[in-house]
This record gives sequence, structure tokens and C-alpha cells, in this order.
Amino acid sequence: MPLIEIEKLSKHYQVYQKQEGLWASVRGLFHRQYRRVTALDGIDLKVERGEFVAFLGPNGAGKTTTLKILSGVIHPTSGTCRVMDYVPWQRVNAYRRRFALVMGQKNQLWWDLPAQESFRLHQHIYQIPADQFQATRDELVDLLGLGKLLRQPVRELSLGERMKMELTAALLHRPEILFLDEPTIGLDVVAQHNIQQFLKHYQEARRITILLTSHYMKDIEALCQRVVIINEGRIQFDGSLAEIVGQFHQERIVSLRLGNSNGIDDLSQFGRVTRLQPPQVQLRIPRAQVTSSLAEILNRYQVDDVSVSDPPLEEVFAHLFTRGKSDIKETADSGTAAASDSAASDSAASSAGVVRR
Amino acid sequence: MSALGSRLNLWWAIFRVSVEERLVYRGDFAFGTLMRFLPMLTQIFLWWAIFDAMAARQGDGTDVNAIRIKGYNLHDMIAYMLLVMLARAFSSMPGLTSGIATSIQKGEIKKFLIQPVDMLGSLLLQRIAHKLVYYLIAIGPFALVFFLCRSFFDAGFPAPDQLLGLVLVLIGSFLLGFAMEACLGLVAFWLLEVSSLAFIFMLLSFFLSGHMFPLDLMPAPLDWIIGLLPFQYLAYFPSAVALGKVTGEELVWGIVVQYLWVIGFWVLCRWLWVRGLTRYGGYGG
Repeated sequence: MPLIEIEKLSKHYQVYQKQEGLWASVRGLFHRQYRRVTALDGIDLKVERGEFVAFLGPNGAGKTTTLKILSGVIHPTSGTCRVMDYVPWQRVNAYRRRFALVMGQKNQLWWDLPAQESFRLHQHIYQIPADQFQATRDELVDLLGLGKLLRQPVRELSLGERMKMELTAALLHRPEILFLDEPTIGLDVVAQHNIQQFLKHYQEARRITILLTSHYMKDIEALCQRVVIINEGRIQFDGSLAEIVGQFHQERIVSLRLGNSNGIDDLSQFGRVTRLQPPQVQLRIPRAQVTSSLAEILNRYQVDDVSVSDPPLEEVFAHLFTRGKSDIKETADSGTAAASDSAASDSAASSAGVVRR
Repeated sequence: MSALGSRLNLWWAIFRVSVEERLVYRGDFAFGTLMRFLPMLTQIFLWWAIFDAMAARQGDGTDVNAIRIKGYNLHDMIAYMLLVMLARAFSSMPGLTSGIATSIQKGEIKKFLIQPVDMLGSLLLQRIAHKLVYYLIAIGPFALVFFLCRSFFDAGFPAPDQLLGLVLVLIGSFLLGFAMEACLGLVAFWLLEVSSLAFIFMLLSFFLSGHMFPLDLMPAPLDWIIGLLPFQYLAYFPSAVALGKVTGEELVWGIVVQYLWVIGFWVLCRWLWVRGLTRYGGYGG
């Protein structure tokens, strides 16, 4: 049986609509107009034990709403949801002892006290036996390199350090499921990387189930085998990262450094030229033709250096999010991912197959 | 560990961490303790001036101590005011209403929905911790003030049974103050902004609790109406008990009614919490 089972889950909110102007404000005292906002529009989802799933989507897509329902903070308008055979919003203690939720923008630790004190409080809240508490805490503190910071008031920690403390607090009771809402938001690259490494290691070692939302593709690339793309309250895609790349990356990026600029303008016959700064040239070539085109190019031109990479994930997702929900399938079939160039395309050569000569 | 044992452990842990938190800001704390005496000082001077003026109006050299307002002479009035200060040290809950309202608005109550721990219980333990730390620090200044003003207490030190009654009443006024202000904070589930409501409550409580003047100065039928309200148990009733105005059966009966109010407001709190969460789960989050 799946660990998490969601069926036809919907969530609607009533949002007060304020009209512009003073008179409208006065009228609003007596008569209010509400707009129904659909946060989730009938999603189905199954998650097995030990999976590391990323929820991806633009702001307001329904990612956080899903996590809130799963952790019992809010209840859905309709549909069913069972997690480890519990209904989350009944909030029974037996369920609450088996999961944890960490929100990147919310602080659960006691602000004015060292994190150590919050940990101890968690020990009692979750009824963790003393020896287990000590072992888990020492392990986490060691993994995250927090030893020296335990006695420092939380308010004096950096954002990255605080997030590590939050994670430690959340994992003290050894939850079977961990919900992470934007755990790396606002962190610098090093802190992001540290947290990714930790999560990866911890998840592999303990085989816990993690559901994560993030805006950082790096998080998802580094961590998740499975990606669920939510947009406008619906699941648009559910599969592995490799599948997304295969399905939506219809082109690969070929970067060349040429010995001379002879015939450089003819390169467009192989694909779209996205950058032309001799001797550097960048082309987008349909995936199926990369091998043959590359052979031809190497044959015809004097090439000093060449590398082949996939377009950055950001680009694929941005494309997915902006397209209407119905035509995703179509995009995949027609094979013309009209990807726009992004400045990040150089740096984010995700699964780059690099050939050097 | 038994269920009760682990529950007591949890309470103790919350209590301890709250005490530690309270001790972080020493400066603010010391200042706050001292500031508590200032408003009362102005109140005492005000009454002094009133009694003085009344004596002067007699024009026949009447001693100020011979003047009585509905049975209160100047000494009684000053003693009453000092005792109100003591009662308010138990029943006032600075920041409780606004704290609850803010955590509802900002979604900080999520913590209590996710973790197996009760918010109202935690807040109560926190408040007990804060109060106890406060008493520990304030007992010095309080003892000094009462010692210096001992001559105003014409009735002398309360008898043992009266003292026992006073302790119960003070604990009751702490619990009642907590429950009433917590209820007010929980209204934030429905009205996002409760600060004006809290202000109205503060004003009402200022008059109706006996903070300004002894409630038995009120003319009929106002005194009768005020007697039906819970506010008097926050300030007037404890002071009256300490002054020996309420004794015997009347005292017992008063304590019973006070604790019934405590239970009533605590039940209301719980109800607001449950209903509020249902609403929060539907709309907010």
C-alpha cells in the first residue's frame, strides 16, 4: 500500500475582493464580493515509502497547499487523502509523531534561546527516550557541522545555520515522512549545497520519505528521483527527471570554439544559432541529429573545442509553466520545444556530455 | 514512562524553557518591574488630592483622615490601591491577546497543529513561568512598598483564614485574566485585527475591575450590574478580601463564583480554539 494516497483532492478559498476607492471601501463594510480561488483542482497522487519527491510549479500553483493538507494544517474542500493510514487533518498525536514539516520561511525554534533548548523541548513533545534523543541529536549535529553553534541564541545565527537547526529539530523524533517547503529559500550557494548534501545523505541512509517544494532547480537536480509538476492546482507531469529531460528537451546545446571563422554563417543549417561570438559559437540542434551534425561540423570546420549539453532545467520548467495545461502532451509530441534562450544556459549544463579534442 | 509521567515531563520542559527565555532580557525586565509602581503612585496622589480638597471644603479645619467617601477614608483608599496593584500583578496579561492574534495572522500557530502539543496549555505554562520569575524579582520592591505604607492598613495584617482565601483568590484572578485575554486573542480567527477589541476590553476592565476606584463606590443599580460581571475578580475582589471587607460565607461564595467564571472562560477558550481551527483549516493556512 502506498505511504501517501491522494485522490481527487481539491481546495478552494474564498478571497475578499476589494474594489478601488473610498466609496467602494465603505460599501465593502456592508456587502462584500468574494472570489473563489482554486488552489487544488482534483489531484491524484501516490507516494511509496522511501521516495524523494519534488513538487514544482510557479507561485500559487498549489504546492504549499498540498503540503499543508498532508501535514494536517488545513483540510481539503473535497477529495480524500491518507498518509500512513491516517487522515492528516484529524491531527491525531500518533500521526503527528511520525512526520515533520519544515518551512523555509517559518521559524519553529525559540528565537531568544540557543537551539539546544528547543531540541530538548522537542524531546519531551515527541516523547523521545533520552538515549535515542542524544544519539540522534549528536548524529545530526555532526552531519550538519553545528557543534559550535548549539549554545548560541537562534536569533544570532545566519539564515543557513538556522535552517540547519530547523532540520535538526524536525528530525530528532526520526519522522518517517519529511515535508520540506522551500528549505533553501534565501540561502547562499554554499549553504544550499550543504543542505542538499545533507538531505541526500540522510534520505539514503534512513530511507525516509521526503516531499519537497522548491524554486531552485539545483535542489531538484541534486535530490529528487521523481518530479511532480503542479500548475494551477493540477498535476501536469509526474515522472522522473530523466523523463522530463527526454520528453521536453528536444534540443541539445552544442558549443564550439572554432580555429577560424571561415563559413561560420553556414552553421545555421545544422540548427538554431543561439550565440555567435567568433570564435565561440553556440547552436541548438535537435536531439536526434546531434551525432550526425556534430560529425559533419567536425569534418568541415576547424574545431578547437566542443561540448554538448542539455538546456538548463529552468528553461524547460519555465516553458512548461507558461504553456496552458492542455498542450503539454502536444509539445512533447511535436518535438519543437520552443525554448527561449536564458542567460543561465551556459552555466547550467546539467547532464552535459563533454567532448574535447 | 507512563502517560502522566511524560505529560508532566513535557509541562516541566515548557516551564523551564519559558523561564530561561524570560531571563534573557534583563534590562527590559527590570525596567518593566519598576514601571509597574508608577501608575499606582499617580492614582494614590490623585486620591490624596481629592480627600485633601474635601477636607478643605469643610472649612472648619477638619482633619483629612476624618473624611469618608462611602465608608472609605484616605488610609483605606491608599491601602485599596496598593492591593489592586498586587492583584493586577496576578491578573494582568501583557501581550497575551496580541500574541495569540499575531500568531494566528502570521500562521505561527501551524507549529501547534503539526506538533503533538497543545497551544493553550503551552501558553498557560509560559505565562505561569513568566509570572513566577516576575514575582521572584518583584517581591523585593513590593515588600518594601508595603512595608513603607504599613500605616495605611488600619485593619492590620490579614488573619490566617483570610490569607488562605486571598491566595486562592489571587490564583483565581491569574487564571481568569489568562482565560479572558486568551479568548479575546482567539477571536482573531474571525477578525484578523483584534487590537481595537483589545483596547475596548482594556478600558472596560480598567473601570469594571475596580482598577480605578473601589467598585462599592458605584451607585445603584450600577454596582449590582458590575457585581454580575467577571471583571471584579481581576482587581476589586482580591483587594476587598485582603482588606477584610469580604469574610466568612461571603468569601467562600465569592471564590466559588470566581472559579466558575474561570471554568466558563476556559471552556469558551477551548470552544473558540476548536471552532477557530475548523475555520482556519477551511480558509487560511
